[in-house]
Amino acid sequence: MTLSAVVLSFLFPLAGTLILAFSAGRLGARASAFIGVGSVGLAALATAWLVMAHPGGEAVISVTLWNWITVGDFQPTIGLAVDGLALVMMSVITGVGFLIHLFAAWYMTGEAGITRFYAWMNLFVFSMLLLVLGDNLLLLFLGWEGVGLCSYGLIGYYYQNSANGQAAFKAFVVTRIGDVFLALGLFVIFMELGTLDIATVLARAPELWEQGSATANLAALLVLGGALGKSAQVPLHTWLPDAMAGPTPVSALIHAATMVTAGVYLIARLNGLFLLAPDVLLLVGVIGAASLLLAAFAALAQTDIKRVLAYSTMSQIGYMFVALGVGAFDAAIFHLVTHAFFKALLFLSAGAVIISCHHEQDMRRLGGLWRKLPVAYGGFLAGGAALVALPLVSAGFFSKDEILWQAMAADQTGLLLAGLLGAVLTGLYTVRLILGTFHGEPGSDHARNPEPGTNPFTHHLPLGVLAVLSTFAGAWLYPGLEGLFPAAPGEAASAGHSLLQVLAIGAAIAGLLLAAWLFLWRRDWLAEQVRGGAGARLWTLWHNAWGFDALFDRLLVRPWQLMVKYLRIDLVNLVMNLPAVLSRLLNAGLVRSQNGRVRSYALVMVLGATIVLMTLALMPGGSA
Amino acid sequence: MTGIPMEHGLILAAILFSLGLLGLMLRRNMLFVLMSLEVMLNSAALAFVVGATAWNQPEGQAMFLLIITLAAAEASVGLALMIQLYQRLRSLNLDAASRMHG
Repeated sequence: MTLSAVVLSFLFPLAGTLILAFSAGRLGARASAFIGVGSVGLAALATAWLVMAHPGGEAVISVTLWNWITVGDFQPTIGLAVDGLALVMMSVITGVGFLIHLFAAWYMTGEAGITRFYAWMNLFVFSMLLLVLGDNLLLLFLGWEGVGLCSYGLIGYYYQNSANGQAAFKAFVVTRIGDVFLALGLFVIFMELGTLDIATVLARAPELWEQGSATANLAALLVLGGALGKSAQVPLHTWLPDAMAGPTPVSALIHAATMVTAGVYLIARLNGLFLLAPDVLLLVGVIGAASLLLAAFAALAQTDIKRVLAYSTMSQIGYMFVALGVGAFDAAIFHLVTHAFFKALLFLSAGAVIISCHHEQDMRRLGGLWRKLPVAYGGFLAGGAALVALPLVSAGFFSKDEILWQAMAADQTGLLLAGLLGAVLTGLYTVRLILGTFHGEPGSDHARNPEPGTNPFTHHLPLGVLAVLSTFAGAWLYPGLEGLFPAAPGEAASAGHSLLQVLAIGAAIAGLLLAAWLFLWRRDWLAEQVRGGAGARLWTLWHNAWGFDALFDRLLVRPWQLMVKYLRIDLVNLVMNLPAVLSRLLNAGLVRSQNGRVRSYALVMVLGATIVLMTLALMPGGSA
Repeated sequence: MTGIPMEHGLILAAILFSLGLLGLMLRRNMLFVLMSLEVMLNSAALAFVVGATAWNQPEGQAMFLLIITLAAAEASVGLALMIQLYQRLRSLNLDAASRMHG
């Protein structure tokens, strides 16, 4: 029964994909939406049954379905391993995924290619479940590549605009760089440990590798590279803001709730490997802190509401990486879950605003919507409260507080300070986002006459459920995974916890107050600063997210294109083309000789006959 | 016909053949080209006749009759073609008839 529930949970989305893909356009929009949403709904039901049947998250099931490949010692299996961590991830993927699919039925009404949309979305859910459920790293890698492919297909969903295709291409290539690192990491692990089975790897690694040895460091570093690409952390983060070209439900599902947190899941899953390489683990935290600050600053200077949310996602994943970096894997997964709730809510609310205002998503052209779009406004308030970690009432408070506490308990003052500064910045950009979208004067006709969503089932329900999950109720749902992970640094200690909570609350409140002061009382002064001088330069720098795109363009893209330009002149190719060139020359000459003049034909004929006769006559032994 | 050595007859045939060939290659007027062709055919016929006389072989005389018939047929076809070309091109210039790139 347990096994069939696990198998069903990912077979339903696969079946949905196959039905939709092979319908070849014969299904109508309503039927496609029904199949697409229904398959994920059934998967969510199967997962819900699993969670009910196995409370507490003890080892649920571990089964090998069949052998995948058999080459000598290399025998990866199609095997499933479900434990508490996998259950939590499954709940997020199917639960939040179902709500997003449901909302998409409202969001995508009237769009062309609904069937393609749901086929990709279902395939994504299937791949993500495979990533989470696989008991060996190769199966995980299959899911890992699958979600990347679906991400590519959905970012480029509106493919008629070539900019969207470019964005999809960029996301695919940048994450692929990370994927190559992950593949290399798998090679190292297989070569050194002789297996890719996750449980065996984690058991064998401490026996064969010394703490902090070069091999352990190398393997952890390569796996980290893969996680950085998928989770959009510095320096492989540039694809995420551009990925907002896809439909908003895609941004909510793939680029906020699930796929981008796969890197966090991967590191948490391989925690034993990273504990053997403490330096790399610290690097995880440092990169997380860098990403969290960098993205928070960038979020301050965006005008597109989806790009604000994209940078905010990057920043929140930075918090998760900080938690991983100090060894608090449980806190990282906790924040992953609450973040999935509130960031999906924020994205869906943003989607509600965007559709209501006829695809207007520039904050300068929105505003004054709070009375006209109360549901979306409520979603933004609940999600925003969780994002800034409003004390006690929001889910984000509990998870972020846990991360900051673990950083303090691990004596990582730098990471702690970065987290606190990030909390202030989060308050700033969240308030700016909500004020810019819902308050002030409407910036365009679309914003003056919005058409609010009215469907109670596909519009109000997903937003409402996610809004409830973004409050403390969402934090209560989290089962806690202490038994699965090595003890976090903050588990034994307790000194200073209340001081830290005061600090964290202080940082969040400070951010809100600062935002209120800046955006309500000193509005004109702020606008003045941005208009020219140092303020404008800072704005441009943050707006371009510290210029990483331009840097990579100079450093990598253009040299690459130059190289390609020169490599196009291929010497071997020249030799290979010689017969073709020669026959073309010969052809040109013969074409010229065929001029239609009978007299020149006669001349040539006579010349030829003369030459033949002369040869025959003069040849030694010839019989002329 | 005794007294004329075979070489003389053959040299005359060769000279006639060369003159015909030159005319074929150099003349632009289609009428003269046809006439050159006739000259060449007749030179060949002369060579047959000279050979037949020298070696007392009657086949040479038969070949001469064949060639004369051939030349008559060739002349009729050639003249018919020439009339057609003249009606299309209003010219007897051979180089003007190069449009088909044949």
